[in-house]
Amino acid sequence: MSAVPASVDHAATAEHPVLAVRGATKRFGSVVALDDVSIEVRRGEILGLLGDNGAGKSTLTKCISGVHQLDAGAILLDGAPTQIRSPADARFAGIETVYQDLALFDNLTPGQNFFAGRELAGPQWLPRGMRFLQQRRMDAETRILLANLKVTLPRLDAVVAMMSGGQRQAIAVARSTVFARKVVILDEPTAALGLRESRQVLNLVAALRDQGNAVILITHNMEHVVELADRAVVLRQGRKVGELVPTKDNKQELVSMIVGA
Amino acid sequence: MPETGNTGTTVGEAALRAPKKQEAVPGLALGLALLSAGPVVILALLIVVLSFLSPYFLTGRNLSNILAQTAVISVVAMGQHLVILTRGIDLSVGSNVALASVVGALSFHAGAPAFLVIAVMVGCGAAVGAINGLFYVFGRLPHPFIITLATLSIAKGLALQLADGRAIPGMPDAIDALGREAVWGLPGSVFVVAGVAAVLFVMAKTMVWGRWIYAVGGRPDAAVRMGIPVSWVLVSVYVISGLCAGIGAVILAGRTDAGSPLFGNLLELDTIAAVIIGGASFLGGRGHLGHALIGAIMIGVIRNALNLLNVNVFFQLIVIGVVIVIAVESDVLRNYLEGRVRVMQAGRQS
Repeated sequence: MSAVPASVDHAATAEHPVLAVRGATKRFGSVVALDDVSIEVRRGEILGLLGDNGAGKSTLTKCISGVHQLDAGAILLDGAPTQIRSPADARFAGIETVYQDLALFDNLTPGQNFFAGRELAGPQWLPRGMRFLQQRRMDAETRILLANLKVTLPRLDAVVAMMSGGQRQAIAVARSTVFARKVVILDEPTAALGLRESRQVLNLVAALRDQGNAVILITHNMEHVVELADRAVVLRQGRKVGELVPTKDNKQELVSMIVGA
Repeated sequence: MPETGNTGTTVGEAALRAPKKQEAVPGLALGLALLSAGPVVILALLIVVLSFLSPYFLTGRNLSNILAQTAVISVVAMGQHLVILTRGIDLSVGSNVALASVVGALSFHAGAPAFLVIAVMVGCGAAVGAINGLFYVFGRLPHPFIITLATLSIAKGLALQLADGRAIPGMPDAIDALGREAVWGLPGSVFVVAGVAAVLFVMAKTMVWGRWIYAVGGRPDAAVRMGIPVSWVLVSVYVISGLCAGIGAVILAGRTDAGSPLFGNLLELDTIAAVIIGGASFLGGRGHLGHALIGAIMIGVIRNALNLLNVNVFFQLIVIGVVIVIAVESDVLRNYLEGRVRVMQAGRQS
């Protein structure tokens, strides 16, 4: 299992999950996308979030990452109720999201993507937008980050538009590690990737966990769930219909929970 | 930690510094390099060809003349370039120049000193820009086309109304000096252009704000999700575009010793053309200040050449239009080639 970093306070993590969602409810008009859903994730743990299309996985994660707001229910970070009104709020609170569409800037380099919205700049007394970029520091940190994650890219000074699907996915996942302090949400990170590229991304997901993050992994791939997830929560039609520790033996049980058979 | 054996694609840091697979597509790379250098190459060719066609073209006096005539387009195009970087467009710049010049002339005749007249002109430009930006962003308009078209009309009407439809002669001497020769045979306006270019270059290249402009232009929705204050970035580019129009008004007023509601006619087209001809992308997030300047100079050179060669004035519009089509098509071609490079990257990786 994962090695929890020494800096983490074991007693605290045992008591409080890093992220807890209680009684989450979200409606879009008359459609109930989420109905009283509760989940929690701990430090150094991967929670698999499963469900068919339209089950509410994406809605739930979008509420956590500030894209949508809950109609009812609460989000607790380290046990404290937290209002997340915007994606900026979520990032500020230490929640990073790897979106299904990656949300990469094709016209920027990998390093510029990593630090987008979080540029290292100074001096601090200037308003954020007027500060001067500390390009060399960002370049250095980019190189260290990629080396730590064992991600190889053809070049670091080329724009992301020129890179393959797997490389782009790796960049998006790697970006989430730059500032993640608590929670990383990954929305189908291996969809549309080949076998080898998927493997590389899954290694990155494991690396995120080993850094002590609480990871929420949305995927349709049962093999990946069994391999990586410590627990799996299944949603169906906006409700939580099951939660279990996924193993090779209960894979079938998970599938029937997802389809409701 | 579950270290899954996968040494095929994961290599250490050394490989990051010395990538080995990058030179595999020389043909495509050459094409892309040519396209990105295109405007400079074309401008150079144009100058060589024209110096053979007309004995006057390469004289210092004519070149200085070209720079003087393109000063207004250059300054306003630099503002337009920032707007286009964010996938926007500012149609109001021409009318904005007219309004700013009229307001400046009126304030001069009301007894304002030179520095105040300049401040009034630049402030008027920035105010129109702020209206554009604020209505576009907080009025939730689908595209800046609409609000800048409206302010094009409003500013023009206001300028005509204030000036009673006529040019108002008379500008402070400090402003007139911009139209006169300053140093090395160059008019003062050229140094204003250089100064604006230097300031904008530093802001766009070294400040967080500049990085945000490229991020917003590259992917607006992602910029929101990354916590970039997209609304304010958008407002800021329209304010700066208006500010540049105000500076353009000062230069134009200096050259003509007047303010006029007829200034800046079709300047919006010239500046948009300059940005696109120079090689920036209409798709947003691509291009730099140099593109706007090269495009502006290219327009100036084409106009000047057609004049020297005694080509009908109406024909100039046709030529500029054709050049715009060529520029936009090469942008499309560049995107296509980049797509090909991406596919080949993916192919080589697996």
